[in-house]
This record gives sequence, C-alpha cells and structure tokens, in this order.
Amino acid sequence: MKPIRARPLSPHLQIYRWQIGNTLSILHRLTGTALAVGLLALCSWFVALASGERPYVSTTRVLASPLGKAVMMGWTFAFMFHLLNGVRHLFWDLGWGFERTQRNASGWIAVLGAAALTVGAWVFIWASHRI
Amino acid sequence: MSLRSPLGRILGLGSAKQGTGHWWSQRVSAAALIPLTLWFLYSLLALPALDYDTVRTWLSVPLSGFLTALLVVALTYHSYLGTDVVLGDYVHSAGAKLFAMLMLRCAYVLVGGAGLFAVLRIAFGSGAP
Repeated sequence: MKPIRARPLSPHLQIYRWQIGNTLSILHRLTGTALAVGLLALCSWFVALASGERPYVSTTRVLASPLGKAVMMGWTFAFMFHLLNGVRHLFWDLGWGFERTQRNASGWIAVLGAAALTVGAWVFIWASHRI
Repeated sequence: MSLRSPLGRILGLGSAKQGTGHWWSQRVSAAALIPLTLWFLYSLLALPALDYDTVRTWLSVPLSGFLTALLVVALTYHSYLGTDVVLGDYVHSAGAKLFAMLMLRCAYVLVGGAGLFAVLRIAFGSGAP
C-alpha cells in the first residue's frame, strides 16, 4: 500500500552519532540471536543425553573440541552480556536509570561485568578439569 | 483535529490490540529466566564431572528435572519472541515475512519440544535405549 505522500524519516545509521547506547542495543540483539543458536545446541545436548551413552559421548566430544570450546566461550559471553543488559532494560522498564551518567555507567557495567564473568567461569572450568 | 490519515479514517480498523502482549510476555519470560538460568549454570558447575552417569543421575532428581523442564520452556518461549521481532524488522516483503515467521515458529516447536521431551524422559526415569 502506497503512502499518500512521502513521510519524513528518522535519521538512519549513516548520520547517527555512534555511542555506547546504540552499540549495546545492537549487541543485545546480536547476542540474543547467537543465544538462539545456543538453545539449539543445548536441546541437542539434552536429546543426546536422553538417547544413550554413545550419542552423549560423541556430542560432548564435538562440544569439547577446540572449535567447540571457542564457540561455547562466545556463548558464555553472549549469555552474561544478554543477562546483565537485560536486567538494565528491566530497570528502565521500571523507570529507573535514565540519566546520562547512569545510562553510560550501567552500560559499561554490563560489558565489563560480562567479560569478567566469562573469564571467571572458564578459569573455574579449566582449573577444575571439567572439560 | 484528528491525527489519522484519510485512509486510516475510512478503513476504521484501529489498533490490532496486540501491541503490549508481545512486549509484556518478553519481560515476564526474561524475569523468569534470571533465576532459572543462574540455577542451571550453578548446578552444572557444581557437579563433580559432566560425564553421562553423573548428569543423568542429577537430572533424575525431581527438583532438577522440574526446574530444567521449566528452563527449556521459558528459554524456547523467550528466544522465539526475540527472533520473531528480528525477522519482523528485517524481512520486508509481506509474503516472505509470513513464510519466515511460520518456519521460525515450526523450528522452535521442534527444537523446544525435542529438548523438553528429552528432559522429561530422563526425569521420569526411562532408561536409555
């Protein structure tokens, strides 16, 4: 259906000044999409676990390969960031944290906190010889 | 003065009355996933090992099976709501959008259904084939 006349458009990416707010907004969607693929892997893991020891061992062998580990580290960061930034969004939905300094601080907490939690989780996994 | 376009006024459809439902479901499932995912990660890391027998024994405990089943349902629902919005934003032609969204829904029913069925099979104590 054609509009009656051309409507004004909001400024698009080419003109928008790059800053932490829109960067993390894009990252939230990217990590969410990556975690959707992670859900496929998680459900495959459950199906392998229900199917017997041999399917389970071959599935965990793929996950524990160098490439599998790299992907799982990526999913760990994606999960930690999506979790922290999701909490940030929930606070906004309650009407809290809209000041510029609060927005920037909570954004950096989400990114740096996710990085710290990812490193912490994998140091624990490595130190306890789980994989 | 009405802000509606002449076409909008003559069609007289109003809103689809579904605008807040999707948004609200996404927030509620997000809030539910905070404790569920943290519990799941903590439980896996607290296990002495992640071999077949250890994980199956853990998942056979009623509380573990119950919470993991809830986790699979909440994750599938929340992930579906999110990727549905992504498709809605980036697939522009109406026909392709409808097709992509239906395929996405099928994929989530299959993946989430298989994951849930697997968890319940173990939780209800069916031995491996």
